[in-house]
Amino acid sequence: MYNKRTIIPGLAIFVVFVTFPLWFNAFSTASPTPKPELPPGGEKQCVAPASEMRASHMQLLNEWRDEVLRDGDRQLVTVDGKQYGRGLQLACMQCHTSKEKFCDSCHEYASVKPYCWDCHLSPEEEALKKETL
Amino acid sequence: MDKQRRKFLKIAGATALAGISAPAVVKLTSSSAMASSGHGAAVTEDAHKAVSHGAEEVPTTVRFGMVVDMRKFYGKPELLDKAIDACRKVHNIPQIDNKKSEIKWIWKAPFENVFPEHSGYHSSNIKEDNDFLVLCNHCDEPPCVRVCPTKATFRLPNGIVAMDFHRCIGCRFCMMGCPYGARSFNWENPRPYIKEYNPDFPTRMRGVVEKCNFCGERIALGKEPACLEAVKGSGAIFFGDLNDPESEIRKVLEQENTIQRKPSLGTKPSVFYIV
Amino acid sequence: MIEKVFKGNSRYWMWLAILSAFVGVGAICYIRQYLFGLGLTGMGRDLSWGLYISQFTFLVGVAAGGLMLVLPYYIHNYKVFGRLTILGEFLAIAAIVMCLMFIMADIGQPLRGLNMMLHPTPNSMLFWDMVVLLGYLGLNVICSWVILTAERKQVKPPRWVYFFVYLSIPFAVSIHTVTAMLYCGLPGRHFWLSAITAPRFLASAFAAGPALIVIACLVMKRVANFDAGKEAISKLTTIIMYAALINAFFVVLEFFVGYYSNIPGHKHSLEYLFFGLEHHGVVYNNLVPFMWSSVILCFGGLGLFGYMKIRKVSTDLMVGIGCAMIFIALWLDKGLGFVLGGLVVNPLDEIVEYYPTANEIGIALGIWATGLLLVTLLYKIAVDVEHEVEA
Repeated sequence: MYNKRTIIPGLAIFVVFVTFPLWFNAFSTASPTPKPELPPGGEKQCVAPASEMRASHMQLLNEWRDEVLRDGDRQLVTVDGKQYGRGLQLACMQCHTSKEKFCDSCHEYASVKPYCWDCHLSPEEEALKKETL
Repeated sequence: MDKQRRKFLKIAGATALAGISAPAVVKLTSSSAMASSGHGAAVTEDAHKAVSHGAEEVPTTVRFGMVVDMRKFYGKPELLDKAIDACRKVHNIPQIDNKKSEIKWIWKAPFENVFPEHSGYHSSNIKEDNDFLVLCNHCDEPPCVRVCPTKATFRLPNGIVAMDFHRCIGCRFCMMGCPYGARSFNWENPRPYIKEYNPDFPTRMRGVVEKCNFCGERIALGKEPACLEAVKGSGAIFFGDLNDPESEIRKVLEQENTIQRKPSLGTKPSVFYIV
Repeated sequence: MIEKVFKGNSRYWMWLAILSAFVGVGAICYIRQYLFGLGLTGMGRDLSWGLYISQFTFLVGVAAGGLMLVLPYYIHNYKVFGRLTILGEFLAIAAIVMCLMFIMADIGQPLRGLNMMLHPTPNSMLFWDMVVLLGYLGLNVICSWVILTAERKQVKPPRWVYFFVYLSIPFAVSIHTVTAMLYCGLPGRHFWLSAITAPRFLASAFAAGPALIVIACLVMKRVANFDAGKEAISKLTTIIMYAALINAFFVVLEFFVGYYSNIPGHKHSLEYLFFGLEHHGVVYNNLVPFMWSSVILCFGGLGLFGYMKIRKVSTDLMVGIGCAMIFIALWLDKGLGFVLGGLVVNPLDEIVEYYPTANEIGIALGIWATGLLLVTLLYKIAVDVEHEVEA
């Protein structure tokens, strides 16, 4: 092989450079795995198992949205004897009372920016302008 | 080489085109595509035709409607404001004091503006001196639904013309189609203009169209529309199923002389006025 | 062929630089609008369509105008237009790109634009407008590129392309018909609710599009050594004359319907556009000077062309002035008057006048500059290919 002295170190540098994100993450503490806050009220039950919610809560929310808004079907869902309204503000945020500590913790980590909160009121936002009835 | 590249480009282009158009074709050909907007309307439409041909067929669907008894409002502008404010609170409607950008679901306006087709020539003092209540008519043949390019506004099976703010692209074609000026566009972020939040209802974002929803979210919970509830004692607003001959609203319509806004346009408004 | 756009003289690069400056300003204005919302425009609750949509409507006409070159050449075998059809097709491409940009500038949630395809709605005319506009854009890209490539290689164009050429003819008519249907099918908008809207749009399109092509030919004759030929230009001015006359005739018919029937709704918009509309003691007339300019320019241009035809005199300057007069007249008529006049009386019989904001005008100029830039680049390719073939 010609130019062994330059090619091999060059290759090594290249491999290190390309895999940089992997081993940087392994040693760094800059972006730890997110730990979303569990419901402060101590609820253990959700509308679906945690693993399913983690993977597909967005599909569920879209389904609810279409059923409630477009089909006008606003029936409550009953899971294990507990009733839930179908909606972000009506169901999710009743137990997960902090958007910042729950939703944002993963969304920021995964760098997704759902537009839910452009319209829907997070508990934090609600508190800013409380109804004075 | 050149020929192969060309062949590749041809195939790639054709595939891309097919890929882009596939969802549209699938949606258009599947029967459920129209379910959200057209189905409910189609049923009542048939019912209407049957009625006009003299057949004794009674519509089986619900069609919500409203009667505004303006006589109860005459000389009481504060009663109008009560209804308007209740709606504002319940639906997180921003208060933008600027005619260009304001958002209105239910508001008040002079007779000549609300009923431009009715003569205002030497009209009675009562009509001159009082404002009239204006809101979405929840038409049986809504032009806004007809023109919307994304089905973001649609007619629910219960007759309510609803909005899906998630889907609205803000083209404002519905505002062109509506002959009643019932629709408002969010020209900027509405949140700074909302005084207090109702936590049970979302706000809107900038760039979407909004309008009265006949309190669909309250009706589902067995409540009455917020404007009606606010003026409950006065008996000025009636709400109910126009297709149910036993409903209170039908009794009112049978007994009183009511008018609709611009009935000649064929939109079949579901809001009636006693003036 | 694309490499042709990278070679040019200093005047060419200067022109591109000037246009790019406008594009840059438009881009900055658009970013401001994107971040704040459409509140930065002069549109409002009562007048919710404005400059963007009216420019869109006018430019659909410019795109359809190319038909006046394609139809005589391909259907009637009128060989004189042989060198010009490519210019018509390229102009159509640029005009439709401008149309799409104006639509994107106008919608409140541009990122959701694809909802039009994800949730296709056949009962909406806007859906069909998208279908025919994208179709016409595609057809023109295919036809112009294939035919120009064949010309460069000095071979006959492949036969399959003629299928697309013939298909593009009904598409050209359909884009402007469907655009007219956006307006003329709305209950309660009296000025627009007229079956003559689509023919009127087509007539003005068949004048405005060719007028722009003639002006471009005259410019290219001076700066790019491209001669369209005297007969072609003369025939085009005839087409422009008749189309502009038919458009004027249709406008007169609108006047008749409004004033003879004496129905207020049908009269209001014409009154506002041409004489000023009085309401509760206030006169609303901000478009009156524009509309009378349109009338004077239209008949001035027609008079000039008439004089040239009768006296059999023709200079490039006279042709250029005539075409510019008619183009501006039609722009004022359709690019301003039609949309804004139809909206001045809102559904509650209130009157609201429209004044575009500086930011809005900046975006509109930026989009026009983008279109001109695209036209310049495409025409550069077409002209250089011509020169290459001749050499």
